[in-house]
Amino acid sequence: MSQAKIREVEQSFMRSDVPDFGPGDTVRVHVKIRERRWNPKTKKMEDRERIQVFEGVVLRRRGGGLSETFTVRKVSQGVGVERTFPLHAPVVERIEVIRRGRVRRARLYYLRGRYGRAARIQEKR
Amino acid sequence: MIGILGRKLGMTQIPTEDGSMTAVTVIEAGPCTVLQGKTVEKDGYTALKVGYGEVPVRKLNRPLLGELRKVLGERETYPARVFKEFRVDETWLEKFPPGSEIKVEEIFEEGERVDVQGRSKGRGFQGVVKRWGFAGGPRSHGAKRWHRRPGSIGQSADPGRIWKGKKMPGHDGNRTVTVKNLKIVKILPEKRLILVKGAVPGPSGSLVVIRKANPRQGKEVNA
Repeated sequence: MSQAKIREVEQSFMRSDVPDFGPGDTVRVHVKIRERRWNPKTKKMEDRERIQVFEGVVLRRRGGGLSETFTVRKVSQGVGVERTFPLHAPVVERIEVIRRGRVRRARLYYLRGRYGRAARIQEKR
Repeated sequence: MIGILGRKLGMTQIPTEDGSMTAVTVIEAGPCTVLQGKTVEKDGYTALKVGYGEVPVRKLNRPLLGELRKVLGERETYPARVFKEFRVDETWLEKFPPGSEIKVEEIFEEGERVDVQGRSKGRGFQGVVKRWGFAGGPRSHGAKRWHRRPGSIGQSADPGRIWKGKKMPGHDGNRTVTVKNLKIVKILPEKRLILVKGAVPGPSGSLVVIRKANPRQGKEVNA
């Protein structure tokens, strides 16, 4: 019974606007970024919030419920970059699914060793 | 300090604004009923006596039942599983007269620091490595039967005895432990739940006492 109550609490922190996506899909993650920067007009340091987009292929989704996370990989200036986001974190403003990929496994770690043509993923139809 | 009795439900993690996750303990706090206000004139000190945990009338003895009836009237169950006194000043006595219920949201607010007391999990008879964190001996390099032993426990003819309080093997756990200055992450009044940052002593389902932290004592733990 106590477990059920904890599930309830977790439920209240979960978001409902998560689109259906999985490994192999290309997604655009809109990340909220807080920064302190100099405002030349008011001549003060100001807290500012802006949105940064991280676009790439979903390598995996892991965990369940509130603690679920997903990893997105992209190649930026020739360097592979992977970011893992908690699915239900408020810093993830929005997740956009750009392209659905046809893959045959749940964890696409094999992409790490490949680049260019070899790292292509067929589109799902 | 004013406080409330509750039941540890277990732990989970919740997301924070900066994208990380915070480990929290979920505690079901209350319902706690005030049974008596102790006054300086009558008792020599001021305190609130509270009861927690409903007990059916058939399981209560007559003298106790009489006391409870005086405060709460005729009922089928009474909050009598656990009694606890909280030393408070007069203002709290006025705020919570006998028969009233102490609610989490009435005494705590989110962001506040609290002390949480519970009975730690019993570990049984434990050696010195687990009980006191001794390093033990080497695991290899020729060590023979000297892996988890305590080493020397004293000196020689002077003092010729072992110091009192020397850390030795013995019963570990199952004692009252207070964790101080835990931050209240969230209060859910409709569900009587309180989410506290970090761990709390005892197994899930065990009784805990949540008290306001001493403002002069220490900094926030796990801040």
